[in-house]
Amino acid sequence: MAKDILRKPKGFNDVYFNKPGADKENTHYCPGCGHGVVHKLIAEALEDFGVADRAIMISPVGCSVFVYYYFATGNVQAAHGRAPAVATGLKRANPDSIVISYQGDGDLGAIGGNNILQAANRGENITVIFVNNAIYGMTGGQMAPTTLVGQRTMTTPYGRSVENEGYPIKICELLASLESPAYLERTAITDVKNIMKTRLAIRKAIKVQIDNKGFSLVEILSACPSGWRMTPRKAKEWITTNMMPYFKPGVYKDVLNERKPYAPAKLNLSLDEIDEKLGLKEEAPSFPGDMSGLKENHRNPRIKVAGFGGQGVLMLGNVLAEAGMLQGYEVSWLPSYGPEMRGGTANCQVHIDEDKIGSPVVSDSTVLIAMNKPSLDKFVPDVVPGGVVLYNTSMIDQAPRRKDLEIIPVPASEIADATGDLKVANMVMIGAYLETTKVVSKEAVFAALDIAIKHKGFIPMNQKAIEQGIEHVRKIKG
Amino acid sequence: MAKELIKGNEAVIKGALLAGCRNYFGYPITPASEIAHAASKYFPLLGRSFLQGESEVASINMCYGAASAGVRTMTASSGPGISLKQEGISYAAGSELPIVIVDIQRGGPGLGNIAPEQGDYNQVTKGGGHGNYKTIVLAPNCAQEMCDLTMLAFDLADEYRTPVYVFTDGYIGQMMEPVEFPKAREIKVEKDWAVWGNRESRDNLINSIYLEPLELEAHNQKLQDKYQLIEEKEVMFDTYRLDDAELVTMGYGIVSRILKTAIDKARKKGLKVGLLRPITLFPFPNKKIQELGNRVNSFLVVEMSNGQMVQDVKLALLGAKPVYFYNRMGGVVPTVNEVLNKIEEILK
Repeated sequence: MAKDILRKPKGFNDVYFNKPGADKENTHYCPGCGHGVVHKLIAEALEDFGVADRAIMISPVGCSVFVYYYFATGNVQAAHGRAPAVATGLKRANPDSIVISYQGDGDLGAIGGNNILQAANRGENITVIFVNNAIYGMTGGQMAPTTLVGQRTMTTPYGRSVENEGYPIKICELLASLESPAYLERTAITDVKNIMKTRLAIRKAIKVQIDNKGFSLVEILSACPSGWRMTPRKAKEWITTNMMPYFKPGVYKDVLNERKPYAPAKLNLSLDEIDEKLGLKEEAPSFPGDMSGLKENHRNPRIKVAGFGGQGVLMLGNVLAEAGMLQGYEVSWLPSYGPEMRGGTANCQVHIDEDKIGSPVVSDSTVLIAMNKPSLDKFVPDVVPGGVVLYNTSMIDQAPRRKDLEIIPVPASEIADATGDLKVANMVMIGAYLETTKVVSKEAVFAALDIAIKHKGFIPMNQKAIEQGIEHVRKIKG
Repeated sequence: MAKELIKGNEAVIKGALLAGCRNYFGYPITPASEIAHAASKYFPLLGRSFLQGESEVASINMCYGAASAGVRTMTASSGPGISLKQEGISYAAGSELPIVIVDIQRGGPGLGNIAPEQGDYNQVTKGGGHGNYKTIVLAPNCAQEMCDLTMLAFDLADEYRTPVYVFTDGYIGQMMEPVEFPKAREIKVEKDWAVWGNRESRDNLINSIYLEPLELEAHNQKLQDKYQLIEEKEVMFDTYRLDDAELVTMGYGIVSRILKTAIDKARKKGLKVGLLRPITLFPFPNKKIQELGNRVNSFLVVEMSNGQMVQDVKLALLGAKPVYFYNRMGGVVPTVNEVLNKIEEILK
């Protein structure tokens, strides 16, 4: 009988093989420290629920940095404050594991404040054991976010003042204001009665995770005789007289009855299904092209497309590049991006080439498609002699003055409007361009539309606009 | 193979999924956001997990957790976000965790701007966080390589148990080019060190603490041996028209594409110039540079930074040959003609 009582729980190592040095039997904790009791209660619960094999303990930074010496579970040591994020990664990678984030007050309440807040708010299915001893123990007794007002520490030598440091943070109360957490309780390690309450709370919090009911946290008020400069007995009394009146024990949230178990669905796809979901099974149509018969100034174009944001400038370039690819050419499409796309001017740069493309940047363009006046003014000087300029006469009242260019005026907006939608002016320009240069064929462009345009209902209108652009160039070229 | 006109940033995600990546964690930032967009679309479709972390710091630590659990995991960001991740990357290097990190560089320092720059070179190739560590750095210069090198990054990360960067600039991330994707294949990697949450892995520990100086020194030495092995085995580079070159130009990412066009133009003028493009920035192609140093006259390094990679080139050559430098900063991309002028100036 006595033998059985003295046995360590199976979740606990008999010999601390990860602990450096000769002593593999005693913990590194100081006399009167609460961590040992909390460790034991967790280890017991893991054994009793039969989940020690599935358990992964996270060691934080703080006195409990060496949690991994003691627990006979999988162990992961985390950066300061990041245990809830590490726990999130572990749990999402392996939802069958039982992940316990063991943290102190500095780790959880200060440097890792946002990590615990957000993990709780996601309802992450993890268990957090939060040991609150109102001080930084490991680094030598500095102020914690939970240090009491007036409490002296190495960094509050005159006592914590409300004016300089504010009030101690109440984690349970804070997290209880969130919808997502399932279970939050604060207990204390003082006497047998409170230790039993702590035992039940820890068991409940772990059970919440086993049942897939979401986020649980137990805040445990615990003594730090060394940090507080007190005897172990005095330190326990101090919890009762000083900590418990401010950090009131109790259940701060328990919505377990309302919560349905949730575990992410497992999806085992075949390789074939993966290809299909990634769109890798669709073979693009092919329209082998040949630029050898084209005029020299039209071959291997370096195209700049520019206009207002909203004129479909990027899509215009996208369709041309897509069509070029379907014709077997090397292509590249480079957008202007960021704030300038939100309301300002937009431009993109397209190469369609028989050879591999070096620089995708178009600084000396052979083709300029200008949808508005600022774009024409800005980019006309960069067009090489003999280059092609298509400009939207609906929005540009003055033709470019350069005489060394092939200039194609296109009332793109007006044609688009007559076709049924001002928005397809970009497609009118595509029609005008392909009829002018024959670099890409109408068939390839139509196939490109099918790929580039998500809303299939818009395709007929776009096709019509392209036809109108072709028709316009035929007319002016006679 | 399916050919698709696709943004480099999206090709990263398809490549990652084909490489068996199970968990994506990331925080939005221009010009890397398309990676998160594509991840949030495709990971759930394949029954894998996408999570937008509350911060860059959280995201890299989530990767730390997932990698500890033995799955392939990744995150993506740009300069300011990479700076924030450095603590987590140091921990991952110390704990020897395979994580793939994509950095689509933008202008800096500080908030800088969202135009393409190359000012992150030092913070990714020299460790970046605290401690004696390095990470493998792969530098794609086209959408196809954004897929291919992302896939390779997962293999290297697992093989060497180390974080691996896929490292490029806003142009390569934002640009669309045709990409031929390979078919999905079975990915199986043995990780007997991982914490699986089962009986077999109960003794396993993911950890970067070694309290005893001698133990930490031994751990550090083990890491250094690993980096040396990586330097011996994993150097990758590409060359262009180097055979009779008198001047070797060097650049990575978008710069290497500009150099290629400039070289073609220079060659038409009879100038003997070629390109050495490092594909791995760590390990750096020191031997290749030294070998070229024995037979060419000079080097020209072009960067969109204040001159970061050029230091490594000089270090490789140890003064053996002149190293010229041309740069733009702040998101200004050097033009072909600017580079051509510099080449002509050197060879004049």
